[in-house]
Amino acid sequence: MKRQLPLMLVFLLGAFMIIQYFVPAQASLDAYEFILDWMIIIGIFAMALGIWSLMRVSWHKIKRRSHDWQYAALTLAGLFIMVLFGFEPIGGGLKSYLWLQFYEFVMVPVLATIFSLLAFFMASAAYRAFRARSLLAAVLLGSAMVLMFRVLPLGPLSDPINELAGWILVVPNLAAKRAILIGVGLGMVATSLKVILGIERSYLGRD
Amino acid sequence: METAAFDVEVFLWMTLGAAFTLFTLSFLYKDNPLYKIAEHTVVGVSAGYFLVILYYNGLRPNLLNHLFVPETWTPKFDELWYLVPLFLGMAMWTRFSRKWAWVSRYPIACYFGIATGVAIPNEMKNRVVEQINGTVLRVGFEFSQSGFLGVPQGIWDIVLVILVLASLVYFFFSKEHKGWFGGIAKVGIYTLMIGFGASFGYTVMARVSLFIQRMQYLRDWLDMI
Amino acid sequence: MTFHERMITLDRRWIFLTLAVFVIIPFFLEFDIPVTVSKEVRDIYDFIEGLEAGDYILVGIDYDPNAMAELHPMSYAIIKQCFAKKLKVITLTLSQYGAGMAEQVVRDVADSTRIYHGFEPVYGEDYVFLGYRPYYAFVILGMGRDFRIPFPQDYYGTDLDSLPMMRGIRNYDQVECVIDMNGGTVADAWVSYGNGRYNVKLAFGLTGVMAADFYPFYQSGQIFGLMGGMKGAAEYEQLVDKPGPAKEAMKMQVFAHIVIIVFIGMANIGFFLGRRSRTKAGEVL
Repeated sequence: MKRQLPLMLVFLLGAFMIIQYFVPAQASLDAYEFILDWMIIIGIFAMALGIWSLMRVSWHKIKRRSHDWQYAALTLAGLFIMVLFGFEPIGGGLKSYLWLQFYEFVMVPVLATIFSLLAFFMASAAYRAFRARSLLAAVLLGSAMVLMFRVLPLGPLSDPINELAGWILVVPNLAAKRAILIGVGLGMVATSLKVILGIERSYLGRD
Repeated sequence: METAAFDVEVFLWMTLGAAFTLFTLSFLYKDNPLYKIAEHTVVGVSAGYFLVILYYNGLRPNLLNHLFVPETWTPKFDELWYLVPLFLGMAMWTRFSRKWAWVSRYPIACYFGIATGVAIPNEMKNRVVEQINGTVLRVGFEFSQSGFLGVPQGIWDIVLVILVLASLVYFFFSKEHKGWFGGIAKVGIYTLMIGFGASFGYTVMARVSLFIQRMQYLRDWLDMI
Repeated sequence: MTFHERMITLDRRWIFLTLAVFVIIPFFLEFDIPVTVSKEVRDIYDFIEGLEAGDYILVGIDYDPNAMAELHPMSYAIIKQCFAKKLKVITLTLSQYGAGMAEQVVRDVADSTRIYHGFEPVYGEDYVFLGYRPYYAFVILGMGRDFRIPFPQDYYGTDLDSLPMMRGIRNYDQVECVIDMNGGTVADAWVSYGNGRYNVKLAFGLTGVMAADFYPFYQSGQIFGLMGGMKGAAEYEQLVDKPGPAKEAMKMQVFAHIVIIVFIGMANIGFFLGRRSRTKAGEVL
């Protein structure tokens, strides 16, 4: 009941979806549509779980007065302000002015800027680690340099560099990425089969 | 008059955005309270934003409207099968209870069963069959057409096929990488390094772009002053 | 400390400062960077140009604010071209913070089309925004059967059948192509489930980090076009003859790339000088 039934469910649903792919009869298509619809609904609850978890963690931090608990209060304040301005009747739903403004002038700047910090850390990491210590490292460095030089206006050199960069992208790069794709694809299929057959069951957690 | 008032409002909002941008950038010097304020605020604001989106762009149109009459909220009885995903979704929430956490295995099992069942034929087709197809059938082996360095395109097509095979050999660990097999694997690892180098070259542009965009925002804000 | 040791042990904050200064300098300089349009970008442009007024196109704005720097200019350029061609544009987002991004693009481009082209795109007749739904793989599969499975209503809560342009539109069969601007794993799902299962004609605008990984799909014909990073965006802006933030950003890109190339070169020179002096010291000893 606690473990065997879910495993059977995985097998039945997995087998059904595989068969459905090859046998698109009307009955199986109808069932397929229901399943897709229902999964999206289950997904909504699963996503909300993450938000509830964040609220719980922040609340415990405040209650226990843990280190830097004031910031957890800020997190909760931000969350409640958005909920307050977003939901009717106080907020106006998806057209609520303040809800949209907080998105555009708090969320967008911070999220975009946090990722922009990566430019600096990447530059610093490249400076420290990107060295031609061996032939293999030199090849890596050379390929990266060609792609970087492609952006620079180098006059008469621009055309050959663009051509070389184009060749790197569509011959060796393509070959490397294709091999990885095929490897990942086979790995995904093997893992999926292990899940459906009940060999891989760690996703169910422990008893 | 109305235009001036509007500008002040936009300017104040943009100032808030600029302040949060600068708070976040201050992390480059070192971790500090201003950065932490920006970071923790955005975690809460993002969660709140997403909760509203989930309700208006998920729960309401895809579930509640099937079970209740919109606006009046009176129950509807013609689509009661929507109670199944409702219960499965709610079962997810039992994860917080030690006693009832096992109930959440049912929706998780549904998700894994369906996701893996969908993945097997589609991923096999997309990542394996189509890629092999692309390597063997899509390349034209066109020798009359000139390619990179004036070499016939057909030659580069053959090189592509060889490099794909060599890279695949590198990932084949059931046979020791020695002798001729090791030689092919070596060609494979060099090919992979060129690929990773190309990714890095693109990544530089990607990361710098993010910073440039923030600077463009600050420029627009300063222009308002 | 020797010169070459200094060359490889610079405090990272000097690197940060140099990069920041060299990104800011071009804001004060007037010059233009020539952009060469690549085949994979032109393929998208040519395909859209080949469509007839009234044809349907699906534009996915599948990115969060953290990828907007590269993908926003692409979205603007693509939707501008679609409105200029009087195509019917269906937009959606499968990214959790992407709804605001999509709404902004659609609203701004509709406004600018009204002002600059005299054509007034009307919501529900010329374009719709379907909004967001979770579990993108299932959403993509669902749309292959019927848009109404994942999206019974649009972003604003209007029934899809109440929108004139969505009447008679059932699934991907009625859509000429999907152009997806993407900053994450949704791209893989579009290829596997959109193209793989339903043979959707698909093209991507991708962040620079992802671009090199998608060339195999381009060569195999699973996608018909590819815009990679800020350069791809600048190329598309050039094609639609609307130089925008991406074209401007290429100036700063040039300076930033020079700084990073110089730092990598400096570190390598320092490394080789150090190795040579270590070898020499070893010979003496």
